[in-house]
Amino acid sequence: MDLLAPGVGLMFWQLVIFLVVFFLLRALAWKPIMSSLKTRDAMIDDSIKQAETARDEVAQMKADNEYLLQEARAERDKIVNDALAVANKIKEEAKSETSVIADKMLQDAKATIQNEKKAALTEVKDLVGSLSLEIAEKVMREKLSDDASQKSLVDKFLKDVKVN
Amino acid sequence: MKKIFRNNMLKFLKINLLIFLVTLFNFSNAKASGGEGKEFNIGEMITHHISDSHEWHFFDGATLYLPVILYSSDRGIEVFSSANFYGDHHEVVDYNGYKYEHGHIVPLESSRSILDFSITKNVATLFLTAILMVLVFTAVARGYKKNANTGPRGIQSFFEPIIVFVRDEIVKPNIGPKYEKFTPYMLTLFFFIWFGNILGLLPGAANLTGNTAVTIVLALLTFILVNVNGNKAYWGHIFNTPGVPWWLKLPIPIMPVVELIGIFTKPFSLLLRLFVAITAGHIVLLSLIGLTFLFHSWAVGIGSALVVTVINFIEILVATIQAYVFTMFSSLYIGMAVADHHDDH
Repeated sequence: MDLLAPGVGLMFWQLVIFLVVFFLLRALAWKPIMSSLKTRDAMIDDSIKQAETARDEVAQMKADNEYLLQEARAERDKIVNDALAVANKIKEEAKSETSVIADKMLQDAKATIQNEKKAALTEVKDLVGSLSLEIAEKVMREKLSDDASQKSLVDKFLKDVKVN
Repeated sequence: MKKIFRNNMLKFLKINLLIFLVTLFNFSNAKASGGEGKEFNIGEMITHHISDSHEWHFFDGATLYLPVILYSSDRGIEVFSSANFYGDHHEVVDYNGYKYEHGHIVPLESSRSILDFSITKNVATLFLTAILMVLVFTAVARGYKKNANTGPRGIQSFFEPIIVFVRDEIVKPNIGPKYEKFTPYMLTLFFFIWFGNILGLLPGAANLTGNTAVTIVLALLTFILVNVNGNKAYWGHIFNTPGVPWWLKLPIPIMPVVELIGIFTKPFSLLLRLFVAITAGHIVLLSLIGLTFLFHSWAVGIGSALVVTVINFIEILVATIQAYVFTMFSSLYIGMAVADHHDDH
């Protein structure tokens, strides 16, 4: 059949032109295109990998920061607690010292008061004795007619004593 | 979203209208080639349209007479215009000892034999396809130089997915790890067949990829690539097929013969498939257009034009599928020849 029979001329031209196109395109198009595609693919892969690494690094850094922050917080708490403990201790010590001093002062005061009281009592005793002697002397010295005048005299002397 | 859809619809309708007009335009073409006065012969019209010729008939009054190049042992190379075969009233005449019948140049003396290297309609289309391919793909390659390491732009972004598809979906899976060496050939093959198929659908265009001369050469190149690159495992598989009982190989080498025939049936299926698919598509289109002239009816004309418009879209699809299939099978055959067999069958 005429339709199926290949023309020799067309076969020749087809072979020549196809090969020319093939070699031209291989040099001018396919090789540069393939290498560009490869480079771009590699670049995209690299970029993705880099992005992943960067993301991991950021996550690591975040974790580190978190850890550092936690540590700092813990240290801060420790310092504050220590300070509070020291303060408390100082307070307690101050308190106990104060009470000791107060006790001592109280004791001292009591002792002083006791001493003063003793001295006062001694003085009063002396005074009473001397007064009694004085009163007795004055009574003796004056001539006393009745008991009433004696009594008023005693009162008068006692009044004098109080004034002292 | 809706707007995009409407725009696409509009575009689709525009293309539809264009193809419809082109088809209508083809009527006058087909009618003219039917010949005036003569009875319209649909078979003749179709054969004329899908066969090669020495002139390029666009429509009546616009015929490009292409150069004839002949080689014969006694006269050497002869070059003249195919217009010489036509007389003043467009009748076919003999010229310089040659006669022109049914698109073939035959010497008047039956003892002489010639080889016809003429720039026929198909050869001219071949040149156009080649020039178009070189222009398009050097432009694409320039895009890669200009937009290095960025996304594709312009024509580059149209062809990049196709190039990547050929590489990743056709060549890589079928050939295997050694695919890189064959990618340029496969890309050239794919785009040559695709461009040729699509250009062949234009009105007045030649039926380039539906010509056995073209498909034979393409299949031959694949055949050569397969057998030149065939490794030890490939030849071993042919001459001493593993996993087959010995009495199929000795004393009568049934399996080797079958396998040897297989070497040739593979490229033969390639060349036949492409030729048949494209030529059949053209015959369907031309038959539908021819109906109009068989029925002498405008109504049939409009009806068949609508059907032809639809078939034209299918043919665009077929053009792509055939390019894919030819490239895919070529890759598969090469893949079988270069694969490292681990004898798993």
